[in-house]
Amino acid sequence: METDKSKIGSFIFNRSVQGAFYQLITLGLVALGIYYIVTNTARNMMERGLASGFHFLGVESQFDIGMTLIEYSPTSTYFDSFIVGLLNTLLVAGIGILFATIIGFTVGIMRLSSNWLIAKIAEAYVEILRNIPLLLQIFFWYFAVLRALPKPKQSLELYDSFFLNNRGLFIPDTVFGEGSSIIFYLLCLTIIISIGIFIWAKRRQNRTGERFPAFYVSAALILSTFIISLAATGFPVSFEYPELKGFNFKGGVKLIPELVALTFALAMYTASFIAEVVRGGIMAVSKGQTEAAKSVGLKQNLILRLIIIPQALRVIVPPLTNQYLNLTKNSSLAAAIAYPDLVLVFAGTALMQTGQAIEIIGMVMGVYLFLSLFTSLIMNLFNRTMKVDGER
Amino acid sequence: MNTMRITFLGLVCSVLMVPASFAGTLDTVKSQGFFNCGVSQGVPGFSNPDENGNWSGIDVDVCRAVSAAIFGDPDKVKYVPLTAKERFTALQAGEIDVLSRNTTWTLSRDAQIGLEFAGVNFYDGQGFMVRKDSGITSAMELDGASVCTNLGTTTELNMADFFRANGMAYEPVVFEKADEVVNAYDEGRCDTYTTDKSGLAAQRTKLADPNAHVVLPETISKEPLGPVVREGDGDWADIVRWSLNAMIEAEEFGLSQSNAKTECALTSNPVVARLCGKEGATGAGLNLGESWSYDIVTMVGNYGDVYEKHVGENTPVGLARAGSPNASYKNGGVLYAPPAR
Repeated sequence: METDKSKIGSFIFNRSVQGAFYQLITLGLVALGIYYIVTNTARNMMERGLASGFHFLGVESQFDIGMTLIEYSPTSTYFDSFIVGLLNTLLVAGIGILFATIIGFTVGIMRLSSNWLIAKIAEAYVEILRNIPLLLQIFFWYFAVLRALPKPKQSLELYDSFFLNNRGLFIPDTVFGEGSSIIFYLLCLTIIISIGIFIWAKRRQNRTGERFPAFYVSAALILSTFIISLAATGFPVSFEYPELKGFNFKGGVKLIPELVALTFALAMYTASFIAEVVRGGIMAVSKGQTEAAKSVGLKQNLILRLIIIPQALRVIVPPLTNQYLNLTKNSSLAAAIAYPDLVLVFAGTALMQTGQAIEIIGMVMGVYLFLSLFTSLIMNLFNRTMKVDGER
Repeated sequence: MNTMRITFLGLVCSVLMVPASFAGTLDTVKSQGFFNCGVSQGVPGFSNPDENGNWSGIDVDVCRAVSAAIFGDPDKVKYVPLTAKERFTALQAGEIDVLSRNTTWTLSRDAQIGLEFAGVNFYDGQGFMVRKDSGITSAMELDGASVCTNLGTTTELNMADFFRANGMAYEPVVFEKADEVVNAYDEGRCDTYTTDKSGLAAQRTKLADPNAHVVLPETISKEPLGPVVREGDGDWADIVRWSLNAMIEAEEFGLSQSNAKTECALTSNPVVARLCGKEGATGAGLNLGESWSYDIVTMVGNYGDVYEKHVGENTPVGLARAGSPNASYKNGGVLYAPPAR
């Protein structure tokens, strides 16, 4: 007959009970550590007379920012400066990712070229750019760009509407007048129709094997609708041209040299890593696939598009995500060359003026964490659509 | 404070952590045999390293004076070069004990961010520098200009105030490091470079052709620059404050580095006798030796010695003292130290 004692014994010596016990203790220690850090910090801050809390977000910032995507002035709040910095970070990361992807894929494919010269140029590109620290590259492009460009009064110009000088690139701004909304609606409509054409063309090809030139047809449709609607509404779209007034150009859209240099440096640097990722992905597709495709009579570009790339993408996407995350985080080096990103504006100027380091650094860290997790999420979803059916 | 927020703060700030209870700064400094002084990354005349890595300048001499007062040796100081952005965090976190880095005394810095200002060692004001060939002669002509400046300074706020008050537009171009500001201005990125006028005079020496640039006459702000310590250690603040005051008072009463030895032996003036450490036991109140002020004057110099040596008219920085607020109150300036007694 079993006694109560042996029941307790078997409970204590149960492996999973022991495991849970140790995990509880570890969790308790971690919680205790966090509690210590928190109370200690709060007390230290109190003792040193440091202000705390998030009230400062509603206070007028009293400083100005060189480049803003939303309305901003010194009477705007610190929260507005946070948004300005955030948008500037997103802008540089977005453009950077776009160009890094284009350059990276091009260079990666070039490296696999059977043409010796092209392959070597791509190799040199990769080896040089990925082995020089990014900060130095940013400085190089910034000061190289600045030194090469003329002063505002000697600007390089194109058709009296594009101007380039050491204050930036000035391009005409489009002004949409009355009636231009119709053009937008028509444009949206033709894009939806084009998507329909693509889906229909694919289905038809699956059914009958006949190919339909969906790309050319939809491109022609969109362009012709656009031009005809412009003409029909009497060209309601006008341009505002930049003009030299006083120190600089006014009017039009302005791209500051800091943005150009930073985007350029980030895209070129990250592209060298993406190129290697792409090369690895393509080489991971076994040679038999190409040979099989050739034997069915597919043309070279179709082999690449239908056989190689879909399989290579499955290998490429996860490390590509890493590169996108790196680029976004590296954009915080902007502070070195005066590009007003989140780190410069909010974790720099705003932090210095308020002294609330913990709150501000916390918010900035939260933003980068969110951006990275969001990018990962998108890329994971994309990766899932790339999977072969039945693969786990 | 609610618990959620405290949790959040705690997670974020573990980097800034320092033990909750700490000994007085003076005791710590005495036992380790030196203290850490936060300086700039190179502003000629204020704090600048030479080719051997030796720091000099009027801001550096405040730290040397404190060292002389405590140790009887002006060189028991470890200099920590900091950007404008890093300086307050470094002081709050205990990385440095004195911040002597042309820092402007303002209400918000004094009241909100845990700092205590220990006096003023240079009265300054913000100005603008432009290229001579731009033909600009007044800051009121700067409408629409691109303005280069430093991150994390009162400068950023002053220029926003100035352009707003005068209804002018401008484009701020803000760099983290002073050298990059100078570089970008030199490359023509900006029409004007703004910072404290002393800073303009100092940084101008770094430009490719210093004579091609001119500082505009307008002064758009008050910038009292001085040494800063952590809030909450009054004894330490007193030592820094009175080291500076002793330099100013020594000058007022004619005690200088060159004559201190003879003057102290001969003097019948009780003020001078106190500064020489012969009367009055001023050191005891500060927990220092009685020769503290004598050591400062003989080892570092009085305020005038230090000024002329680093930023005076015969230096590359070349800031005339006569007629400026930095002259003694007896000569029409505002330099005035409370009595060291």
